[in-house]
Amino acid sequence: MNRYLIPLAVFALVVVVFAIGIAEAPRKDLVPSPLIGKEVPNFSLPSLTDPTQEVSSKQLLGHWYLFNVWGTWCVSCRMEHPELLQIARSGAVPIIGLDWKDSRAEALAFLKKEGDPYQRIAVDRKGNEAIRWGVYGAPETFVVNPEGIIVYKYIGPITPQAWVQNILPHLPAAQTASAGS
Amino acid sequence: MRARLSARVLLPVLLLLAPAALAIAPTRMPTPQLEARYERLIHGFRCMQCQDESLADSPVSLAADMRRQIRHMLIAGDSDQQIRHFFVSRYGYFILFKPPFVARTAWLWLAPGVLLIIGAISAIMVIRRRTVLVKSDEEEPVEDTVRGKRS
Repeated sequence: MNRYLIPLAVFALVVVVFAIGIAEAPRKDLVPSPLIGKEVPNFSLPSLTDPTQEVSSKQLLGHWYLFNVWGTWCVSCRMEHPELLQIARSGAVPIIGLDWKDSRAEALAFLKKEGDPYQRIAVDRKGNEAIRWGVYGAPETFVVNPEGIIVYKYIGPITPQAWVQNILPHLPAAQTASAGS
Repeated sequence: MRARLSARVLLPVLLLLAPAALAIAPTRMPTPQLEARYERLIHGFRCMQCQDESLADSPVSLAADMRRQIRHMLIAGDSDQQIRHFFVSRYGYFILFKPPFVARTAWLWLAPGVLLIIGAISAIMVIRRRTVLVKSDEEEPVEDTVRGKRS
């Protein structure tokens, strides 16, 4: 009896280790952001629509917003665009864009053609700002509260399902109600 | 004579420089010290897009942006520690190829040692038992000793 006990215990241990490993790393491409629970990086960037104006982290304090990193070169961003327009129409939460490593002319043409869901768009021509946000692929969307704290980060295109299941629960109830109606 | 000498000197030099042409990021830092630190740093960070490549080896544009960030920070006088902290605080420990020893990663570093000790103890136990078996071999059948109390 005893001689089956040790291999059995070793096997059980291996099962536990693998179970933790599989549960902890459901998807290798989704790296959790250490910025969640922290203040947004301070930024002050030119606006896409009017380069003489700036979009800054200070202006955005005081209300909830989504910070959406996108670019016209990014196929997944085009995929989520209708959903962003839908969110903007619902008035659930303002969307601030970060136009990442993009051409201004192409970005403006794209928004003119497809519609503009953004309340404001900051421009990150060289990609320095995206690094400060820990961005590693577009689209990425941060949920920011009125104190300027990042409460959630969604990686990948926002689908209607992702909006309801992943993002909406992180917004306050009042916002949820207005979006649900 | 002179032509031969220059060929003798030039050829090894050119051969030594050849790999530089293949480098993804042939950059010039102001001093050799900074260049060495830059090289070490870009080999220690993971490219977040390709994940199994370092910043030094990755051709994607995000890696180029990160290398530029490291370059700027080095020239601005930041320490290696500060640069590592900059990236870890934004991307997490995942960006480091060599994870640091902290509470969350302790098991990662300690597990091999613990497993080694478990292995050593089991090995000693097995060897001892075998030694006992061999000694008692002459007195009674092996099977009885192994199975224990049969009689």
